[in-house]
Amino acid sequence: MERISLAEVRHVAQLARLQLSDEELAVLQGELSSLLDHVEAIVALPTEGVAPTAHPLPLSNVLRPDVPGPCLEQRDALAAAPEAAEGRFLVPRILGEAP
Amino acid sequence: MTLLGRGVAGIAAAVRSKEASAREVLAESLAAIEQLEGELHCFHTVMAERAEAAAAALDEKVARGEDPGLLAGVPVALKDNMCTKGTVTTCSSRILENWVPPYDATVVTRLRAAGAVVVGKTNLDEFAMGSSTENSAFGPTRNPWDTARVPGGSSGGSAAAVAAGMVPLAYGSDTGGSIRQPASLCGVVGVKPTYGLVSRYGLVAFASSLDQIGPFTLSVADSALGLEAVAGHDPADSTSIDRPATSYAGLLEEGVEGLRVGLIEDFVSEVSPSCAEAARAAAEALGAAGAKVEEVSIPEVLHGLPAYYVIAPAEASSNLARYDGVRYGLRVGGPDVAAMNARTRGAGFGKEVRRRVMVGTYALSAGYYDAYYGQAQRVRTLVVEAFARAYERFDVLVAPMTPSEAFRLGEKTANPLDMYVSDVCAVPSNLAGHPAVSVPFALGAEGLPVGVQVLAPALGEGLMYRAAAVLEQAAPPAARGPVRPGGERRA
Repeated sequence: MERISLAEVRHVAQLARLQLSDEELAVLQGELSSLLDHVEAIVALPTEGVAPTAHPLPLSNVLRPDVPGPCLEQRDALAAAPEAAEGRFLVPRILGEAP
Repeated sequence: MTLLGRGVAGIAAAVRSKEASAREVLAESLAAIEQLEGELHCFHTVMAERAEAAAAALDEKVARGEDPGLLAGVPVALKDNMCTKGTVTTCSSRILENWVPPYDATVVTRLRAAGAVVVGKTNLDEFAMGSSTENSAFGPTRNPWDTARVPGGSSGGSAAAVAAGMVPLAYGSDTGGSIRQPASLCGVVGVKPTYGLVSRYGLVAFASSLDQIGPFTLSVADSALGLEAVAGHDPADSTSIDRPATSYAGLLEEGVEGLRVGLIEDFVSEVSPSCAEAARAAAEALGAAGAKVEEVSIPEVLHGLPAYYVIAPAEASSNLARYDGVRYGLRVGGPDVAAMNARTRGAGFGKEVRRRVMVGTYALSAGYYDAYYGQAQRVRTLVVEAFARAYERFDVLVAPMTPSEAFRLGEKTANPLDMYVSDVCAVPSNLAGHPAVSVPFALGAEGLPVGVQVLAPALGEGLMYRAAAVLEQAAPPAARGPVRPGGERRA
């Protein structure tokens, strides 16, 4: 019995925006399950009252002075885009209806 | 002796004093790359023309009597996940195969300002995910000591380029051992600095709370210069530590007399006899040099690997969401945006990257977030606190670096967990944000180099380098590069 079902793997691939073949989903089911087995070693550790560490430095709200400075030109920002038009990134339609 | 053979400090001194020109040094480096690249595949891009222009400009600067900088004329290679304006930056991924960044990483800007000559971009595991460089979309790098073996990873191209004497200085990034593990496998010095010491601006993000850039060199003294040149506060990286950069070079002669050194026995029992023996011998060498050495058990460090394999993929799945086929990189078309995103990412990411994105997305998904990601963050705290207790008793810690000598290509590709275990001794330093160095210390049972790790508390690079310098003195020269492909020593 795998720790994670094929349906769950398919759902996670959707969340991750990854198009994967059925064959690869099945392989990932096994690999994710064995990795979760490995991680089980820490899932069971007692950590009640332990604060989580998200980051090694005690930082909060690092701000710079609100002074205008040079930044990337629009044409440079668009130069690597797969498609661009009229100063914007061009994408396929986003909503369901036909154009 | 060749100019390259003088190392970072020697080259900079020769160029500064006009004994040699930056162009002569560069010519040696480009000739070595030309000669060895076919066998080793360290580089994705060699920037010969641009490097020649930079070297010529530097020579003019010297001729004009201006300060040519700390790294005057030193040829440098960069892992291909550091942005170079106008030069393709691939991360070894199909999704960025043709991507030309519109800006330089801060380390690149600082290296050029210090007089270094950037010669090329090196191979890595795709998006720095791996321990062998076999996860590169453009083919693996080979270990110059034995070309049937891996150089380690993910910064394998940079480690092998220094080990083979192509460049005296290269930079990598270390998220969970990706500088130190290949340094150990290639017989070179590799440093992961304190988190926040070196700017991550322009380093393509893998796991942002763990990633840190550091140098590969043949000697400890050269490493100290390579770190000094790129360290220091950068307003463009909000996680950069806001304090002035320091020089480590003056500390290297200070020795370890009176330092308290702990040998982490929990790691010693995790590794091969050769690697364990090297760590014990290193502790003894520090003792012989006047340090007070004791064995110490820090059992929490062994929770590091499973915690890492939740935290790093979780951060990666979030960071890699930017590769959506919209703003840069590959696009595979589809009828709507969601299909285009999914097709682009399915086609553009390699197997290991897809696997980690899946693991990370799962660990962050509703219903599992607290059990996996939240728990891993709490375990991270346990690791940090355990180190803090250890550093009440010790100034630095010593440990094995890797579980084994360099393994064969293909040996660990079938089962991802086999590969992940390569970094068991490395990841706790990333979780804690502490500095650590791998120093070449011995030849193992298979005749390949074995590194030993020195760990220090945050901003303890000075102590770390002092211990590393003593270990370097105690180690047989045969345990470190440069070597020709096949292991023969280079002149």
